[in-house]
Amino acid sequence: REGPGGTGSAMDAPSAAGLGGAEPQLQRFIEVETQKQRFQQLVHQMTELCWEKCMDKPGPKLDSRAETCFVNCVERFIDTSQFILNRLEQTQKSKSAFSESLSD
Amino acid sequence: GMESGFGSDFGSGGGGGGKLDPGLIMEQVKVQIAVANAQELLQRMTDKCFRKCIGKPGGALDNSEQKCIAMCMDRYMDSWNTVSRAYNSRLQRERANM
Repeated sequence: REGPGGTGSAMDAPSAAGLGGAEPQLQRFIEVETQKQRFQQLVHQMTELCWEKCMDKPGPKLDSRAETCFVNCVERFIDTSQFILNRLEQTQKSKSAFSESLSD
Repeated sequence: GMESGFGSDFGSGGGGGGKLDPGLIMEQVKVQIAVANAQELLQRMTDKCFRKCIGKPGGALDNSEQKCIAMCMDRYMDSWNTVSRAYNSRLQRERANM
C-alpha cells in the first residue's frame, strides 16, 4: 500500500492490518491532526520569538501596545516566510546559480 | 480469537473480529497530542519567565521573584492566545484570497 499522496504529509499511513474498513477514517484523522499540530507548533514558535520583541517586564495585564506588537509580529513573521519562499523561487528560476545570489 | 470487552463488531464486512477500535485510538492520540502541547508550552514558559524574573540566582526564590513568575505565566498565556488568534486570522484571510 502506498502512503497518502499529495498532502505533503511526512507521516505514513498506518498499517491496515486489523483495522478492517477503518483506514480512510484514520487517514483523514491523521491529516487533520497533522495540520492542527503544524498550527500549534507555529504558535509556540512565534510566541517565543515575539515575546522577545514585544514584552518588557511582565505586568498585571497585556497592555494594548504589547498586544498590537504581538499581532504585527505574527503578520511580519508570515510575510518574512513568504518573502523568503518567493525570492528563493525567483533566484532558482533565473540563470544565475543560487550560490551567486546568496552573495548579494 | 480475541473477544474484546469493548464490543467487537466494527461492521465494514471485515473478516476478523474487531481487535482495534479506531475511535478509541483516535481519542488516545488526541490526548497524547494535548499532553505534548501542554509540555511544550510549559517548557517555553519556564524558559522565558526564568529569564525575565530571576537575576542573580540566590539561595531561594524571594517574594518579588515569585510574584514576577506568577504574572509572567499569565502574560505568557495572554501572549500565546493573542498569537494564536492573529495567526488564525491571517490563515483565514489567506484562504479567502485564494
